[in-house]
Amino acid sequence: MARKTVNPTRMELQSQKRRLATARKGHKLLKDKRDELMRRFLEMVRENKALRAEVEAALAESSKNFAVARSSMAPQIMDTALLMPSQSAELDISYKNVMSVRIPEFKVEMCSPSEGDMYSYGFAFTSPELDVAVEALSDVARKMYRLAEVENACRLMAEEIERTRRRVNALEHVMIPEYEENIRFITMKLDENERSTTSRLMKVKDMMVKAQIEARRKA
Amino acid sequence: MYKIAVIGDSDSICGFSAIGMTAMAVSDEKEALEKLRALDPSVFAVVFVTENVYGLIAEEYDRENAIPAVIPIPGTTGNTGAGMRDVSKFVEMAVGSDIIS
Repeated sequence: MARKTVNPTRMELQSQKRRLATARKGHKLLKDKRDELMRRFLEMVRENKALRAEVEAALAESSKNFAVARSSMAPQIMDTALLMPSQSAELDISYKNVMSVRIPEFKVEMCSPSEGDMYSYGFAFTSPELDVAVEALSDVARKMYRLAEVENACRLMAEEIERTRRRVNALEHVMIPEYEENIRFITMKLDENERSTTSRLMKVKDMMVKAQIEARRKA
Repeated sequence: MYKIAVIGDSDSICGFSAIGMTAMAVSDEKEALEKLRALDPSVFAVVFVTENVYGLIAEEYDRENAIPAVIPIPGTTGNTGAGMRDVSKFVEMAVGSDIIS
């Protein structure tokens, strides 16, 4: 584990300690971010599942309606009837910031030329089944927009959670142990140096004392 | 203002043009992917794709940005569960395993 690429100096020790402190702080912040994102995500994904089940059921119903409508009139007439929409659906996007994830929110405006008139065709050549089908689909559409918003948010959050989790793990299992190891290495090395200096001094003192005793004896 | 697009086979999507969405008829998965890539994200914010042409998009389409939101919907060929699988995949990505099933 130990990577001995650091210089065993006091300056390096200081900088490693500072890095360790930063890494610990970052780790804590990222962990908090991950936990909060997870909480919001789980709330949202439950709504997503429920909404999707609802929309899928409604769309199955609606495609049945259209099949019935198609069977009761000529396909060309139906295609022409649906070709030019009289309703328009447009949406505005505003961004919501959830834990630094930019999540778009859709505000849908469905407008028809006049109140209650959503049909893009006259009633003369089309069957009443088509009217029912179009009206039902128009109701489903609102839920579909909400589904789009929620599902998109879930995707963005899931991606961000994954990214954040990687960073938390990298800090926890790689960076922080590495800094700790470096600090331990430098401390040990410095202590070792100090001890060797002490013993060298003792030795030198010994030699000096011995030399003095010799000198006195000769005198 | 952004618009809403629907990509799918012509039978599934004919109704959507009547309620104001932009319907784009395609015949296979490859064409759907090309159509989706050609869409301008500054015009279309939401793209619904019917499940029968969604397969290749799920695999290949690069969803880097928040917009457009690509959402699978069941078409006339019935519900294959691809949409629900996507949601489960999100949960798996975030939590590690699908805890809401």
